[in-house]
Amino acid sequence: MYRIAQKTGVSNKQAALYRLIGIIGALVISSIFILITKKNPIQVYASMIKGAFGSYYRIRSIIIRAIPLAITSFGISVAFKLKFWNIGGEGQIMMGAFGAALVALNFPDLSKPVLLLFMAVTGFVFGGLYALIPAIFKAKFNTNETLFTLMMNYIAIKWVTYLQYSAWKDPNAVGFPKIADFSKNAWLPDVFGIHAGWVVTLVLAVVMHIFMKHSKKGYEISVVGESVNTARYAGMNVKKIMLEALFISGGLCGLAGMIQASGVGRTLAVTTSANAGFTAIIIAWLSRLSMPVMVIVAFLFAAMVQGGVFIETAYQIPQAVTEIIQGMILFFILGTEFFIRYKIVPVKKEQGGN
Amino acid sequence: MKEAYVQFHGIVKKFGTVVANDHIDLDVEKGEILAILGENGSGKSTLMNMLSGIYMPDSGSITINGKPAEIRSPKDSIKLGIGMIHQHFKLIDNFTGYQNILMGNSSASLRQKKEIKKINELMDKYGLHIDLDKYVYDMSVGEKQTLEIIRVLYRGADILILDEPTAVLTPEEIKKLFVILKNMRSAGHAIIIITHKLNEVMEISDRVTVLRKGRNVGTLITKETSIWELTELMVGKPMDPVIHREECELGEVLLTLDGVTAYNEDGVKVLDEIGFELFSHEIVGVAGVAGSGQKELCEAIAGLYPVHKGSVKCMGQEIIGKTPGEIIRMGVSMSFIPEDRLGMGLVGSMDITDNMLLKSYRDQKGLFINRQPAREMAKKIVEKMDISTPSISTPVSKLSGGNIQKVLLGREIESNPKVLITAYAVRGLDIGASYTIYDMLNRQKKRGVAVLYIGEDLDTLLQLCDRIIVMFAGKISGIVDARNATKEQIGLMMTGKVMMYV
Repeated sequence: MYRIAQKTGVSNKQAALYRLIGIIGALVISSIFILITKKNPIQVYASMIKGAFGSYYRIRSIIIRAIPLAITSFGISVAFKLKFWNIGGEGQIMMGAFGAALVALNFPDLSKPVLLLFMAVTGFVFGGLYALIPAIFKAKFNTNETLFTLMMNYIAIKWVTYLQYSAWKDPNAVGFPKIADFSKNAWLPDVFGIHAGWVVTLVLAVVMHIFMKHSKKGYEISVVGESVNTARYAGMNVKKIMLEALFISGGLCGLAGMIQASGVGRTLAVTTSANAGFTAIIIAWLSRLSMPVMVIVAFLFAAMVQGGVFIETAYQIPQAVTEIIQGMILFFILGTEFFIRYKIVPVKKEQGGN
Repeated sequence: MKEAYVQFHGIVKKFGTVVANDHIDLDVEKGEILAILGENGSGKSTLMNMLSGIYMPDSGSITINGKPAEIRSPKDSIKLGIGMIHQHFKLIDNFTGYQNILMGNSSASLRQKKEIKKINELMDKYGLHIDLDKYVYDMSVGEKQTLEIIRVLYRGADILILDEPTAVLTPEEIKKLFVILKNMRSAGHAIIIITHKLNEVMEISDRVTVLRKGRNVGTLITKETSIWELTELMVGKPMDPVIHREECELGEVLLTLDGVTAYNEDGVKVLDEIGFELFSHEIVGVAGVAGSGQKELCEAIAGLYPVHKGSVKCMGQEIIGKTPGEIIRMGVSMSFIPEDRLGMGLVGSMDITDNMLLKSYRDQKGLFINRQPAREMAKKIVEKMDISTPSISTPVSKLSGGNIQKVLLGREIESNPKVLITAYAVRGLDIGASYTIYDMLNRQKKRGVAVLYIGEDLDTLLQLCDRIIVMFAGKISGIVDARNATKEQIGLMMTGKVMMYV
């Protein structure tokens, strides 16, 4: 028999070593799958890195991939800090993008700054309200938020599917099921060759970090997350705090949706969220809910995905194999986090007396 | 001198870097009661768990009846005639007493009549009288304990270990237990009782072994020692074992409860027409068997428990039905030290500074928190209350129980409350820390605060408090003057047998 015990006194150096061993372990195991496809694993890995960081354009595209991941992680971690398991980032992104599209398609001629601000606010509010629904049910009837938010993803995705394939289908797209592109005024401007979402990300990282660590609301959110009873004891209105936090959480996801629609897709589509709502859960956890760390982790995550896409085309490796590699790396990294925090110790055989 | 029946030689047991038992030598004879005295964490239970086969020593040996004993499991332990009565009973609720005793003895079911006769003879021999046809869920705590003892005896134990046997009993039940223990002693059993209550050591034991920080600091003959000497050995420095009571003139009424009635989630009445007054300059104790409504009473006053009807007036302001937030905003000067320190009073993962903020962050202007005042307050409290912590930025859950309690009390007292409600303020604390808490409560009383003190230990309540409210099944079964009440009176009221108001 073995039991799990908490570890103390792991230095940063040791932790880094553990992570390195984890990544090497992932690469070694993944090699088996690459060998099955009759390719040289070392070459494949080298190209993965080259494919991710090899040129300015590749780095630029990593950043574009990382932006929605980072902002959604910020949003999700606000809810997670409260121990409200918001798995609904995907749906909140979609509803935020929907809100932005609603504005962009109806007021195409507003001046760029006004239109973009209007879209951002609407996106935030739509995402926030969408997250508020499960929060209200949890506050009133103590429903399970995990299932609730998860299911609401599908409603949002199917709603956008309906818009794309039917209600908002662009008649000028010669039968192709897509929603009309936004007017140019609704496009996020480029800053140093990359859409302005990256500036928003960096600003939000700082603002949200300060919000969580130094504002009254952030303090309340952490207290409620740690112990509802302590929060009640301290005179906090737990339900109100939960609703406020979830509005912010969903709002940030909605903002990520607005940025994707405006800066990348130039319109609303079922692909707008691109799984960021789920991926962000992993990023938020790996960063231990620290906003600045999320920016870095989101970047590395995007690099991994990008490297995978590159080797698919360069080596004709099936997508499934790159997904195995990515899954393996993640699995090992999450696994080493476990071994950094805990250890497994043997237990002497014990028997209950009766 | 008789030959020692059980002997421990140089027992060492480590948990990680913590040395729970450090070269302990100990012996118990047949026909004697040995008390093992020590504070929480002094290694009493660890030591006994090695006798009952739950742990094995890292080094050292145990001999029983002159033969080296290798106890690898509770089964070995039972075979060697060792029986342990744990603090938390290990009984099956929906079995009867007989079923619980016979359980695990597969051959017994074939000749049940004979076995039942054997059990009844055992009960007569030791003066144990309970109805064994009753289901365990219908038994009182005292009956359950007796059942455990019968079971152990039935299995042929001649060495009995009792871990804090009186913690959950009323004074009346304790008396009965002591009679049983004496009977067993006369029958030639070796009995070990683990305790931290000095009075019980003096009353029941023949010899006493004191443990401090995992070491045996002395084995004494009970008749030749005193509670003063034992306290000094246990704590490591001289200490007055009597709690001081600050004598003050009573002041005005600060808290008035009237007809407070509350139901729990299952619709069971947990508070039944509770009414009393709390004056400035007094400490009022609340006694009662665990679960008689003490926790609900505190939480109802603090606005944390829904009250069905009644009135709670704090300095003239009605606070019933108000949330804690509303009570704070009304400016009611009341503090509550809850029973669950980390689950309600503090946030375990946060440091002392952030825990100071819990009550004061609201008073700051603007949207942001200035941690500077909280940091200063944290430093002040660490110094004033003598809290041992690596720094004010250490998560409070990493502190010891006593220090956690000091953080909580320190914060609440710093807000200068007029009414202070404390639930089990010294639970789990060692003697030194407990006395610090009593001193603090006395100082508050002197300042004019009205203190409601929910306690477990009747000796403490009688020494510290001015009046004692006794609760039974959600009702007040009596309010007595602590200066001339006796433990026996209170014990009877705790079981609802006597009602008395002074």
